[in-house]
Amino acid sequence: MFPLRRVVGNKILEQWRAPITAGAKAQVKTYSSEAATPRPLTMLTEDELAMKETIRKLATEQIAPLVKKMEDEHKIDDGIRQLLFDNGLMGIETPEQYSGSGCGFLTMMLVVEELSRVDPAVAAYVDIHNTLVNSLFMKIGTEEQKQKYLTKLCTEYAGSFCLTEPSSGSDAFSLKTVAKKDGDHYVINGSKMWISNSDVAGVFLVMANADPSKGYKGITCFIVERETPGLSVAKPENKLGIRASGTCMVHFDNVRVHESAILGEYGKGYKYAAGFLNEGRIGIAAQMIGLCQGCMDATIPYTLERKQFGKNIYSFQGISYQIAHLSTQLEAARLLTYNAARLKEHGQEFVKEAAMAKYYASEIAQTLTSKCIDFMGGVGFTKDFPQEKFFRDAKIGTIYEGTSNMQLQTIAKLLEKQYTQ
Amino acid sequence: MSRVLVGVKRVIDYAVKIRVKPDKSGVVTDGVKHSMNPFDEIAVEEAVRMKEKKIASEIIAVSCGPSQAQETLRTALAMGADRAIHVEVAGKEYETLQPLHVAKILAKLSQDEKADIVIVGKQAIDDDSNQTAQMTAALLDWPQGTFASKVEKTDAGLTVTREIDGGLEVIKTKLPAVLSADLRLNEPRYATLPNIMKAKKKPLKKMSAKDLGVDLAPRIKVLSVEDPPVRQAGSIVPDVDTLVTKLKEGGHV
Repeated sequence: MFPLRRVVGNKILEQWRAPITAGAKAQVKTYSSEAATPRPLTMLTEDELAMKETIRKLATEQIAPLVKKMEDEHKIDDGIRQLLFDNGLMGIETPEQYSGSGCGFLTMMLVVEELSRVDPAVAAYVDIHNTLVNSLFMKIGTEEQKQKYLTKLCTEYAGSFCLTEPSSGSDAFSLKTVAKKDGDHYVINGSKMWISNSDVAGVFLVMANADPSKGYKGITCFIVERETPGLSVAKPENKLGIRASGTCMVHFDNVRVHESAILGEYGKGYKYAAGFLNEGRIGIAAQMIGLCQGCMDATIPYTLERKQFGKNIYSFQGISYQIAHLSTQLEAARLLTYNAARLKEHGQEFVKEAAMAKYYASEIAQTLTSKCIDFMGGVGFTKDFPQEKFFRDAKIGTIYEGTSNMQLQTIAKLLEKQYTQ
Repeated sequence: MSRVLVGVKRVIDYAVKIRVKPDKSGVVTDGVKHSMNPFDEIAVEEAVRMKEKKIASEIIAVSCGPSQAQETLRTALAMGADRAIHVEVAGKEYETLQPLHVAKILAKLSQDEKADIVIVGKQAIDDDSNQTAQMTAALLDWPQGTFASKVEKTDAGLTVTREIDGGLEVIKTKLPAVLSADLRLNEPRYATLPNIMKAKKKPLKKMSAKDLGVDLAPRIKVLSVEDPPVRQAGSIVPDVDTLVTKLKEGGHV
C-alpha cells in the first residue's frame, strides 16, 4: 500500500498523537522519546480513513447528482440536508451524549475536504455549522445550553454565526449591534451581513455590544432562536460562487432575549469570536484543498484523453509540467492544513499555522482552478463542465473568515512577536 | 429470533481499473484501493434490516483474509453488525483461498455460533465465482435461497424471491437456511460517522482456519490470468442499406 492510503493500527495511534512541528521556532513542540518516529501527516488513522471514504462515497453517490440543481436553485436540497443530519455530519465533533458523532478535529477537516471535492457550497454549510456554531456551544455553553441546542444542531437544524455587519468586516469589533439590558432581559438591535446558513438556520449566535462604553470589551455572544419576535432574515444574496449556500442579512429589531441566552461570559464575545475564527480558518483551508482536488480530478483525465497534434495534450510538457507544479502546491496546502488541524487536535498553539493554511490554500485555489479551465480549453469555459464552478467557488476563499490580508496580518504579528521577545 | 451470520469479502474497489500482473499469475493488488464486495454490502444491509424488523437478534460478520480484512469487518460493524470474526488467511494461502475453503469456514462457524441464517453476496466482484452460498448450504445440508431479491419471514421459515433467467421465482425455505444477495435485494446504507465511532467498541475475534479444522490446500490451480481482448475498431458505413448488406455478409441477420 502506498503511504497516502496507509492505515495506522490502534497500537501506534498513541504515538501518532504526538504533535509534529519542526520549524516553528518560537513554539517548538516535543514528544517523548518513546513515541518513536512521528507519523507522516497524510497517514491517517484507521477511523479517519474509514470516515474519509464513507464521506467520499456519500458525496459522489448522493450529492454529486444534485450539484447543478442546487447551484441553479441557490439552495441546498432538502433531501441532502436531511442526509447530512442522518449521517452524522452536522455534529462531527459533538459528543455522543448530544447525538453527535464524537470524531476528532482532523476528521472534521477530512469531511469538509471530501464534501468540497464534490460541492464546496455543501461543504461551506457543514463547515460553518460545525467549526463555528457547534464548537462554541461545546466549548463555552452551560450544560443546559448544550442539552437544549447541541442535540438539535446535530439532528434538526443548522446554526448561524452572526459577527459581520455592513460597516464592520475585517474591523470586526467595531460592530454596531447593541444589546441593551432591560431587567433580566436584553434587547438586541442591529443588522448582520453575509450570514452563512441564515436562510435555514434554527439558531443564531449573535455578537452584540452589551456595553458600548467599554468598546470591544462590551461584546457579548447571545443565543437567538429563529422564531424570536423581531428577528428577520432577508432574501439570499446573489453570489458569484458557493451559490447553494444561503447567505443573507439578518435584522434584529427589538429582539428580547433572557440573560440566560448569553453564551459564555458577558463581555467575552470578542475573545470567543476571534478564537473560533482561528479554528474556522482551518476549515476554509480544508474546503479549498478539497475544491482543488475535485477540480484536478475532473481535469487530469481529460488532458490524458484529449488529442491534439496526434497525441494526448498531457504528453506536452506545457500541460503536464504545469499540472505537476499545481499538484505540488496543492500537496503543500494540504500539509499546511493537516498540520494546523493536528496541532489544534493536540491542544497546541495553531493560530499562525491556521492563518498560513487558510492563506496559502485559498490563494493557490485561485490559480489552480483558473489553470484547469485553461487545460480544458473551450469546454472548460462552459457550464457543462465542473471547472468553472470550482473557479467561482474558490473566490470566496480569499475573502471569508478573514481576507488574505487579515491572514497575513495575523502571521506578521506573530512573527514580530517571535523576533522581539 | 434468529442469529445471522454474514460473510464479507475484501475485494479490489469496484471503481479501480484492474491491471493483470506481467507474469499472468493474477491481478495487481499492491497499492490498490480495496473495499467490501458490493454484494456483501447488500448481504449486511439485509441482515441489519432483519434485526430492525426483529427477525434477527444478532448479526455476526465474518471475513477470511489478511489483516486488512479487519477494515472490511469494521465497515460491517459500522453498518450494524454486532460482532465480527476475522479468520486470518495470509500470504500464499490467501492467494489460493477458494470458495470451498470459505464455505467450510462459514459452515463450521455457523454451527459453532448456532446461526439460523447465513447471508453472503451472490458473488464477489473479483473472482466472480458464485459458489460460496451453494457450497455452504451443501456442507451444512441446509436449504438455500440464492440470488435473493426479496426475503420475508413467514411462520416457521422464509419466503425468498429469486432472480432467475427470464423472471422471478418464489420459494419457501425452512430455517436454518443459506441466502445469497442479488443486486436488487436492497440499497445498502452508508456507514455513518457516529456508527463508525461505535464500531470501534464492538468485539472483533481473530481466529485461524486451523482453529476451525479447515484444510486450506488448494483444489483449483490458476493457470493464467489474461486481460480481456481489446475491442477491434469499428467502421462507419455511408447508409442503412450498406449496413444491412454488411450485416448479412457477416451472417448477423
